[in-house]
Amino acid sequence: MMKRNSLAFWGAAVLFLAVVLLATQLVSNEYWFFAGYVILQFIVLSVAWSILGGYAGYVNFGTSAFFGVGVYTAVLLFKAFDAPLLVQIAAAAAVGALLGFAVGLLTLRMQGIFFSIATIALTIVIETTVTNWRFLGGAAGIQIQRPPVTAPFPSYVQMLVFVQASLVVISVAIARYIQNSWIGRGLQALRDDELAAECTGVPTLRLKMVACVISGALMCAAGAPAAMYLQYADPASAFNLNYSVSVLAMALIGGTAHWIGPVIGAILLGITQQLLAVTISSEVNVLVLGVMLVLFVVGAPEGIIGLFRKGRRAEGKA
Amino acid sequence: MSSAPASEFPLLKIEALTKRFGGFTALDNVSVDIRPGERFGLIGPNGSGKTTLINCISGAFRTEPSTVMFNGEDITRLPPHVRTRRGIARSFQIPRPFRSMTVIENLMVAVDFTSGHLSLSAEDHRDRSMAILQHMGLAAKANARVTGLSQVELRKMELARAMATRPKLLISDEAMAGLSGSEVDEVLDLLLKLASESITIIMIEHIMQAVMRFSERIMCLEAGRIIAIGKPSDVMANARVQEAYLGT
Amino acid sequence: MDLLLEAVVTGVLLGCFYAAVSIGLSVSFGLLDVPHVAHPAFLVLASYAVYFLNDGYDIDPLLAGLLITPLLFVFGLAAYRLYYETFERRGSDAAVRGIAFFFGVAFIIEVLIILHFGVDQRSVTASYIGKSWRFGDMRIPLRLMVAFAVATGLTVLLATYLSRTFMGRAIRAVAQDEEAVRLMGANPVRIKQWAFGIATAVLGVAGALLIIVAPVDPTLDRAYIGRTFCVVVMAGLGSMTGTLIAAIILGVAETIVLTMFGASWAPAISFALLLGVLAVRPQGLLGRR
Repeated sequence: MMKRNSLAFWGAAVLFLAVVLLATQLVSNEYWFFAGYVILQFIVLSVAWSILGGYAGYVNFGTSAFFGVGVYTAVLLFKAFDAPLLVQIAAAAAVGALLGFAVGLLTLRMQGIFFSIATIALTIVIETTVTNWRFLGGAAGIQIQRPPVTAPFPSYVQMLVFVQASLVVISVAIARYIQNSWIGRGLQALRDDELAAECTGVPTLRLKMVACVISGALMCAAGAPAAMYLQYADPASAFNLNYSVSVLAMALIGGTAHWIGPVIGAILLGITQQLLAVTISSEVNVLVLGVMLVLFVVGAPEGIIGLFRKGRRAEGKA
Repeated sequence: MSSAPASEFPLLKIEALTKRFGGFTALDNVSVDIRPGERFGLIGPNGSGKTTLINCISGAFRTEPSTVMFNGEDITRLPPHVRTRRGIARSFQIPRPFRSMTVIENLMVAVDFTSGHLSLSAEDHRDRSMAILQHMGLAAKANARVTGLSQVELRKMELARAMATRPKLLISDEAMAGLSGSEVDEVLDLLLKLASESITIIMIEHIMQAVMRFSERIMCLEAGRIIAIGKPSDVMANARVQEAYLGT
Repeated sequence: MDLLLEAVVTGVLLGCFYAAVSIGLSVSFGLLDVPHVAHPAFLVLASYAVYFLNDGYDIDPLLAGLLITPLLFVFGLAAYRLYYETFERRGSDAAVRGIAFFFGVAFIIEVLIILHFGVDQRSVTASYIGKSWRFGDMRIPLRLMVAFAVATGLTVLLATYLSRTFMGRAIRAVAQDEEAVRLMGANPVRIKQWAFGIATAVLGVAGALLIIVAPVDPTLDRAYIGRTFCVVVMAGLGSMTGTLIAAIILGVAETIVLTMFGASWAPAISFALLLGVLAVRPQGLLGRR
């Protein structure tokens, strides 16, 4: 049974990448790729967030910190060493893992709320440090000149979309593996009752650290291509707290029990965001996000997948 | 009564354990040796330190500089999950099941993390969990959600989950509290069955009849101190023990 | 050297202001364990209400703060009821959602302020704003002294309330041992609700002080998450005296860094201190755990 599921999953993943690749060859309207990049980026961020926030129950408010660090790691490597994109991403993942480790070590021994507040603190401290770092452009920001695009992609943005799509596959595969493995069961147990889990033999601190490191690495990796995407980086945008709220909303609204939840949430809210930001205003965008977050958190705690499951259960009984 | 095991080496050794919370002394100079295979009862009025003692043994509370020795090893610095793997299991006074899981999934967590998850397959883990549920009389509820269980079923599941960690020492913290007469007998028979399989058991209870029937030795705490320890009939006849329970 | 002295004095005054702003959180988070990340957002909202009354009706900001206090109290009662029914009752998973809830509320408040008032800074006018007093070689802005006086008064008032009155002691009892309070026949939920109401009501005057001390803008709540939580965590959760001391430490640290390294590092100080305290001594300076 498991083997068949895996086959189906990987088949779908390969198909997905093939479709994206084909799109880069056939579709010429750049707008789709700009919008698509942003949504794919949010899928990676939400899935990554959910590994710690959903499975373990530790709410990370510092998505912006990890994202921004990813952006600036890429900038640093590009400016200092002319590093190619893949190296930038790999390095960002490594830095993200280290950051996740440090933050985890600092705060995962305590109650969840201290972890959450520490992640906000982290965002501001890192943002302030980067703002004062002249090599990276300081508060005014820094321009990035894209290198020439490699074949078979007609434009750089299209290549970035494919890269981000690959990150989606990687992050979902990792989330899926964690979910179905003993790691996932241990995380679920510690989310239900940390003390009972500990007394049942679950190494709670170690598992939380693993989740934090993996989550951090993926979030940073998602941020790395953004520098090339915008061709510009500045601390206020890269570390914008809106990333934290958006990803939090996407994961919780989608539902965190299953890896598909954050994917659904990111796609739905990502599209909504694009529409609102373009048609009304970016403030209304954040307002809608906030209101939906509060409504779901109060009324539909298991998110969209929770509503879906309730519907199926009701049908089963009838 | 069961025969005393051949070994004289204590399974659990606590020496001069003192636990303070700020200005409040929860345990004061408690020393006790528990023999392998022993059926040990722990009694005392509310607030006397019984659960604190359990928390110290299981690792939820730190005990430095006092030491806790288990099976010849100093486990004082070990976190709870490592102590569980060494063979100490406990149930909680108010059951703490994993609410988002079914009964068998609760046990599978225990099996996963205490039997080298890398060596056995998922099916083996499930089989093992099922076997334990059958042993404890919960097989029919294997796939039920925890939230639908009755009180006595919850208590049994709590003990089953503790047993799934294959302990040498099982600590049952007021598993019978609030249960009806026949339910108390159910749980008591279960514990006696486990004891006959050479598992050392510490039972904390207020139901004196059950404690008397079950224990080979009883220890009574009051305000963090041991006021009596020995054969059940002796402890029960002890004037201070009677005063602690009935006095004031 | 004189510059440093002036920085320290300003820092102490500022610190007392931070105490007034954080003391509500000491109650709601420190004593009641509510993960109230929206506390600074409520604070900023209060300061905008003060601005509204001052700008539109020429009411003195401190008076305006007093006027909105009863409204805030009722709002706090309602907010706690909602929080309790939705989250605290439902057990462990709800803790995650409780945090997310307050985060969402904070953002909603921020955006609503932007939509109504715009992103520009707002300030109030009063007779004591704009002047400075001379002490030897130091010039201390008068509004800081006013803030210092009011803040200290507010802090002392609340601390006295918690230690001397019956209700205040009930609140502290509930924070220590809810079960015991219930066994004594009192309703712990009502007590906590009342406490949350007070913690919110205090934000009326605190909000007035906020806009007196410096102009406000809608995103100010983000900086104050750092300051208020830094103070409350450093203080040791629930300690009122600790809140005052911790706030003064923060105020002095901020002003010194500001004087010596410039404004660009200022936003990070409270957060860096917070991270430091969490790492080294999470029970705070005066807390016991």
